[in-house]
Amino acid sequence: MNQRLVEIGVGLFVVAGLAALLVLALQVSGLAELRQGAGYHVTAKFENVGSLREQAPVSMAGVRIGRVEAIELDPTSHRATVRMRIKARYDSIPADSTAAIYTAGLLGEQYVGIQPGWENEHLGDGDRVTDTQSAMVLERLLGQFLTNIQE
Amino acid sequence: MTELLRRVGARTLEGLRGVGEAVLLVARILRAAPVVALRPRLLIEQLYAVGVQSMVIILVSALFIGMVLGLQGYYTLSDFGAIEAVGTMVALSLVRELGPVVTALLFAGRAGSSLTAEVGLMKATEQLSSMEMMAVDPERRILAPRFFAALLAVPLLTAVFSVIGILGGYLVTVGMIGIDGGPFWSNMQNAVTIRGDILNGVIKSVAFGFLAGWIALHKGYMAEPTSSGVSRATTLGVVHASLAVLGLDFLLTALMFE
Repeated sequence: MNQRLVEIGVGLFVVAGLAALLVLALQVSGLAELRQGAGYHVTAKFENVGSLREQAPVSMAGVRIGRVEAIELDPTSHRATVRMRIKARYDSIPADSTAAIYTAGLLGEQYVGIQPGWENEHLGDGDRVTDTQSAMVLERLLGQFLTNIQE
Repeated sequence: MTELLRRVGARTLEGLRGVGEAVLLVARILRAAPVVALRPRLLIEQLYAVGVQSMVIILVSALFIGMVLGLQGYYTLSDFGAIEAVGTMVALSLVRELGPVVTALLFAGRAGSSLTAEVGLMKATEQLSSMEMMAVDPERRILAPRFFAALLAVPLLTAVFSVIGILGGYLVTVGMIGIDGGPFWSNMQNAVTIRGDILNGVIKSVAFGFLAGWIALHKGYMAEPTSSGVSRATTLGVVHASLAVLGLDFLLTALMFE
């Protein structure tokens, strides 16, 4: 076997392998989107986040404007603090907007939906969305439904 | 009765000795890393043999496995009205499990067996001992380049496998069945994380490359220097490497994914 051909083959193999890793990182895991430009942080406190998880989308009018970055339990109020990172170009979200946790489809992933408010003030880095609506927990809904029937 | 006990004891001791021998061998191979770095040509030749020549089987298997995953995922998920999740399912199964495991199994069969047979035959035809006579250390000259080639080739093959598999799933579900390509990718990108899934998959594939190369070379190097000994070593090499990969996969999965 020609030594030159062997080297070209190995070079091609290594490049293909590295390219595949790059595709996995960028196209499959959506890392490119995370890195895309700067953004700012907004927090919101929820009674119950359901099965919302980190990296879940944050959307407004169905358009993805950011991602959930961290979910923590606030030790004093015993509520869940959700920190979101919003893309920098969406910098004109009214300050009195509300945040709610929705489910995409019946079995889909949960995401944070933001409904715009009316104020002229905009949300900025570190601001908090005060008006929130918790995730719909199926068991709780069923429980309410059953108690209503019994009455 | 005592005969039975003695046989069990001898078997156990023999097994333990084999494990110790294999660990010592890999320690010596790892110590030879600088030698391999100094002579990259040896490594390149081996990368060609175990990596480039395994590409075809990896590409074809990945395409078909991805297509089957897409099809089965579509059948099952359409019952729940959740066909948007098919991309997520295909990508996660490939990146987390099937990519590393199937690549390692194919590698053990395609490249590991030839490594064992080659080294075993070198031993049987006394090429290894004649190298020692010429003061060439066969562990450095023969084993080390092969081991590091396997260690490098398996992660690269795994990455190629996963990508081609996902492409196969895409071809079937989006291309042939006709579900929408947008949710296929966007749900996948939402669900797959770089540290939790991709990196763990790469860690798995490195561990499997280590195992596959190590076991193949150990079996060949310690083969009984007869033709039946070499053939037995080759079979055992593939069997043991496959079992080790599957066992380690369970352990790693239990450790990695909560």
